[in-house]
Order: sequence, then C-alpha cells, then structure tokens
Amino acid sequence: MNSENTFIIDGTPIPFEPDQTVLQAALKADVFIPHLCYYPGLRPNGNCKLCTVIINGRHASACTAFARPGIEVENNTPELNDKRRLLLQMLFVEGNHFCPGCEKSGNCQLQALAYELEMMTPHFNHFFPSRKLDTSHPDVFLDMNRCINCCLCVQASCEVDKKNIFAISGRGMAARIVVNTPSGKLGDSNFALSDKAASVCPVGAILPKRGSFSVPIGQRIYDDLPISSQTEFLATRKA
Amino acid sequence: MFELENAKTTQGLRRIAIDPVSRVEGHGKVTLLLDEQNRVHQARLHIVEFRGFEVFIKGRPYWEVPVTVQRLCGICPVSHHLAACKAMDVIVGAKQLTPTAEKIRRLMHYGQIVQSNSVHFYHLASPDLLLGFDSDVTQRNIVGVAVKYPDIAKQGILLRKYGQEVIRHTAGKKVHGTGAIPGGVNKALTAAERDELKKNLPQLIEWAQGGVELVQHLFEANPSFYNSFGLFESNMMGMVREDGALDFYHGDLRVKDAKGKPIIDRFNYETYAQVLREEVKPWSYMKFPYIAELGPEKGWYKVGPLARLQTCDFLSTPLAESARKTMLAIGNGQPVHSTLGYHWARIIEVLHGLELIQSLLDDPDLLGKDLVVKGERQEEGVGVIEAPRGVLIHHYKVNEDDQVTMCNLIVSTTNNNQAMNTAVRSVATQHLDRRVISEGLLNHIECAIRAYDPCLSCATHALGKMPLQVELLDAEGKCLSLLRRDSTGNLHTSE
Repeated sequence: MNSENTFIIDGTPIPFEPDQTVLQAALKADVFIPHLCYYPGLRPNGNCKLCTVIINGRHASACTAFARPGIEVENNTPELNDKRRLLLQMLFVEGNHFCPGCEKSGNCQLQALAYELEMMTPHFNHFFPSRKLDTSHPDVFLDMNRCINCCLCVQASCEVDKKNIFAISGRGMAARIVVNTPSGKLGDSNFALSDKAASVCPVGAILPKRGSFSVPIGQRIYDDLPISSQTEFLATRKA
Repeated sequence: MFELENAKTTQGLRRIAIDPVSRVEGHGKVTLLLDEQNRVHQARLHIVEFRGFEVFIKGRPYWEVPVTVQRLCGICPVSHHLAACKAMDVIVGAKQLTPTAEKIRRLMHYGQIVQSNSVHFYHLASPDLLLGFDSDVTQRNIVGVAVKYPDIAKQGILLRKYGQEVIRHTAGKKVHGTGAIPGGVNKALTAAERDELKKNLPQLIEWAQGGVELVQHLFEANPSFYNSFGLFESNMMGMVREDGALDFYHGDLRVKDAKGKPIIDRFNYETYAQVLREEVKPWSYMKFPYIAELGPEKGWYKVGPLARLQTCDFLSTPLAESARKTMLAIGNGQPVHSTLGYHWARIIEVLHGLELIQSLLDDPDLLGKDLVVKGERQEEGVGVIEAPRGVLIHHYKVNEDDQVTMCNLIVSTTNNNQAMNTAVRSVATQHLDRRVISEGLLNHIECAIRAYDPCLSCATHALGKMPLQVELLDAEGKCLSLLRRDSTGNLHTSE
C-alpha cells in the first residue's frame, strides 16, 4: 500500500482516492465512523457532528475533512464515543422519539446508533415539544416529532430533485425544518413519493403513507447486524 | 346502587386498605369500611392508575395504531394488536382477509391465549390454590410452588414459553411484535418455523390436560368451598361463531342471563355502541359497562373464561369440549357462577388453544404468500376479539388525511368491573364479616379479584370524565377553596 494515498485510522492504514473525505474513505475500507447527516451523493454538510474524529490532534468532522496522505485519525476511542453518546442523548430528548410505536424502528439510523454506542438512558430531561403531524400529502406524511435537523431532505430536494421543498426556518434552538409553501403544508407542494427527499431521512420524520410495518421484525435493516457492520450499505446508498 | 358499594355513613368506621392488590397486572387497591364489631359496611375495588391511550392516539396515522396501542399491556399485547388491526381492516376496506393472513392472526391469538392463561393460572393463581389461601405469605408465590410442586411449576413455565414462541414466529417478537397490519399480516410461517412449533405439542397438550385435572380435583376435594367462594349470579357475555362454538378471534357477541337464557342471542359487535353503555363512578378510574336496555343495576355482566365457556354452545376441539362438559356438570343443569370456576375454565382454554394450534399447524395456508388485501377506504372501524380476560372492544374514527380522530376502548377487565366488585363484596361478607382481620383473610379478597385475572393497567380509560378535586390549602392546612370536576365533566367550586 502506497503511503501517498493512505492515512491512518486508529492505527490502521486506510487507502483513499482524490477528493474523498475521511468518512467516505473509511466506509469504503469497512471502517465505521458514526454519522447521521451524511448520505452518499449529497454534499457533506457537517450538521450532526456524530462523525467528529481527532485528526492530527484536532477535532474535525470526518464527513467534511478531506483525506490526506499520512494524517492520523482517532475514531473509535472511549472519549469520542462518550461525546457521540452525549450528542445522541441530546437529539433524543430534544424531539419525541418513541421507538416502541415508531414504524421506522429497526430501519432508523438514530436508533441503530443509540444501540451501537450503548446509550442506556436519555440522561437529560425530555423537552417533550409539541409538534403536529403534516398528513396533508396523499402519499407521504411528516412527523417532525422525530426530525433531528440533519437537513438531508433540504439537500436532496434542492440538489437532486431540484424542487426546494424543504428549508430551515429559525435560528439556534428554534431552527426547524419547514415546508416551502405559503401554507407550510406538504400537500400544497409538488412533492412526490418518488422524490429523493422522500427516502433520505435517517429517522422517521418523512415516511410514505400506508406502507408501515410491512417488513417483519427480523428483516429490517438493522435487525441482524449492528450499524457498525453495515459500512457497505452506508457507503453505497444512492442519492 | 349496589349493596356494600356505599356505606350509609363513614362515621365510626375504620378503613382497611389492600394496597396494592398483588399478583395481578397493573395497580389497584381494595378498601373496606368496618365497624367496631368488624361488620363490613363498604367494599370497593379501586383502580388507581391512569392511562391516556384514547387521547394521545388521536392525530396519529391509523396504520401506527395496532403497534402503539398494544403497549397498553405487556401480558396480552397481541389482543390489543389484533383488536386494533381488525378495526383498521375495516378502515382500509379489507372485508375478507386472505386465508394465510387470517390463519396467521388466529395462530398468533391462540398463542396469546395459551401464554396469558398459563401465566395467570400457574404463576399468579396456583400459589393460592396449591399452597392455601392463608398459607405462609412468604412462600405463597410461584417460587413456593416450584419448591413444593416442581413438576407443576415447570409445566406452567413451559406452557407459557410455548405460547410466546407461537407469538414470536407470527409477530416477530414474544412481546410487542408487529405481525398484523391493516388488511393482513407482514409474514407467513416458514416450514422450519411450523415444524419447530409442532415439536413437543403432544407433550404440552398432556400437561394442559393435567392442569385441567388438577383444578377438577381441587373442586372435588372441597366442593363446598370452591363452589361457594365469592359466589354471585350475573349475566355473561362472550363471542360465538355462526354454529355457536366459541371463537376467540371473530364472531358475534352473545349475552346470557344468570340462568343461561339468551338476553341477546347474537349481535354484530360493530353495533356495540347501541347495545352497551358505560357508567362512571367517582371512586374509580375504571368505568362500569352494562347492557343499555337493562340499565346499570341489572345490565352488568361478566366476561372471560367462565362466561365464554357458558355463552357458547360448544368448544370445537374434542379434549377441551369434554373438559368443558365435566366442568359444567357441577352446575347440575344451571350455569356455573363460582368465582373460582374462572380458574377451571381458564385452564380448559389453555387446552383448547393448544388443540386449535395443533390443527392449524397442519394447514398449508400458514405458509402462503398472499398476505394483504385492501378495498374501499372507510372512516370508522370497530374491532372486537376475545382476549384472555374477555371481550375486548376497539373503536376508531379516521379522517381523510389518515389521522385517528376518535378512539374508544372497552377492555376485558372493564367489562368485568362490576363483577369483580361484586365478588369482593361477596367474599367480604362470607369470610371477613365479624371476624378478626388477618393477612390470610385479606388474601381471600385478593383471590376473588385474581380469579378474573384483571389487567388493571389496560382498564383505566376514564379520561375526560374522571372526577378530580383540587384543593387550595393555607399554611395550617385549612381548605381555602375547592375546585371539583364531577363524573359528568362539570366543574364545581366552593370557598
């Protein structure tokens, strides 16, 4: 292996190609770095910070940091995983994530990461925000109780679907995903079930109507193997 | 007003509380008011916990409901799962499920009957029946049974395990699975799963027969006690299929009076709202249902194993039907109303469930591929099922955007509310009145409640009408003002 196109993650040499990020190269080399807001084919935006690693002694988002020859990356360490678990706990308490009744359960990246990082409790007090469902669209519904502001739907709608249906409104704690129509209702947009934005949500915020629970327990994405063993799936999803 | 429901005056009476009632699902308490001579003036079973499923399910998409509402209970979630799904079948216009879907659901439900009834009989009730109602309280539990009767305890545990395995293969998980979806199911059985379930079934049926013989022996050894304990007569309600056989999964509802004569020979459960009413009382979170045309005083009824084995004409499996006939013989031509008869009926149902599973497992439809049907979308659906504890009613309305706008649940234990209270009062009169109260005597009260295998956590749905009282107290504890909401929802204030 040529050292000019490799770097190190936790002592292991990782090959990379030009313009690959640390996360992309890691996934291709079957090395798992926890992440929520990265989706292959969409521009990395460093929103969720789950993929934070230490590159040559400095914290950086693995999804936005380019791989460079010889860099040394710390990834699977107790200190970083503690911080990632803390981020997950904040995401869980900030929304209303009731896995037992959620149809995304078993296919949910947030839930899979919580298992992976051994999140045993929410730790913080729940916010229990009051957020209404948007069921106005005939084929898709929005449950913003589960939204984690990853912005993948905003990007997919803009970059792939070219529709700009989703946007961020508000700032800081008040920042929320909104629907870009005068009424704010998805049913008043030209959103379609076939849009990429309908399938990139890592949680259960954007879901097709009437198809829920059709995949039996045992056959869902994260039923058999933990998310850390599914790097190929995570790397090859198509935007 | 029922005898011993309200004391004429509470002055001079002392209060004894059994809090919590143990070895039942959920939380409840019993209060007794006694005078100086230990005469019982009032006895009530209170349901003290509070759930809000009927309200917080509003606004949720209908396809989520069967999975969410089963969280009402960890013992018989399958019953809520299937009752809700039957209602959602109506919503999606699925008038007739595919043979595979219906049989997989039936298999799941029979597994539920076997596991839940086994839990109750062996884990919760057998300590009283085998060790004695007033035996050493430190030993009166399933561990005590395992020490003294290891074979019976082991059989109970394995019977329950088998029921759970049936649920796991049909719903994906032993508890809180997702097998039934509106219009069908999400999986059939594989040949390997079917073969695994067939294994050991003859042995399990033999053990269930042993359980039936055990209860029969208890009744024969001490008939005066077993036949009279907590005895009272009441109407009975259960589900029957077209030929009059008991059907746990689907059929019409039948109501019989205390003498076994039909009050309503059969009615379509979708019309339950015209047939039944619910009364709210200020001292319990659990409502009191009754047959509307008979009124609350005469229209209350009991449900569950003892009721349904007598509202049906027969059981469709030979061993269970034979056991049913043996049990009914103690009534000498009259219905059996013995409170402890519930245990006998319950273990007969375990046998019936296993026989039903055995015959279903030979059906090739269980391995089919046609799982879901849809039809013309409806706005309202009712689903009713015979849960282990009795008739379970789920009723929903759904708007055009697929959100639930109304939910009404009448669960089995609610249907048995008046019956349980009457049993408590019967036992209080029989065994506690004018006697020095001991732990063993108080356990007699709990035994009467346990016979109904109540699921108190499932049964608390008086939301919106529950009586509430808010008091504003000064520093000395003196009440400055009081806001009270009565059982009709009206507010009253007093200074």
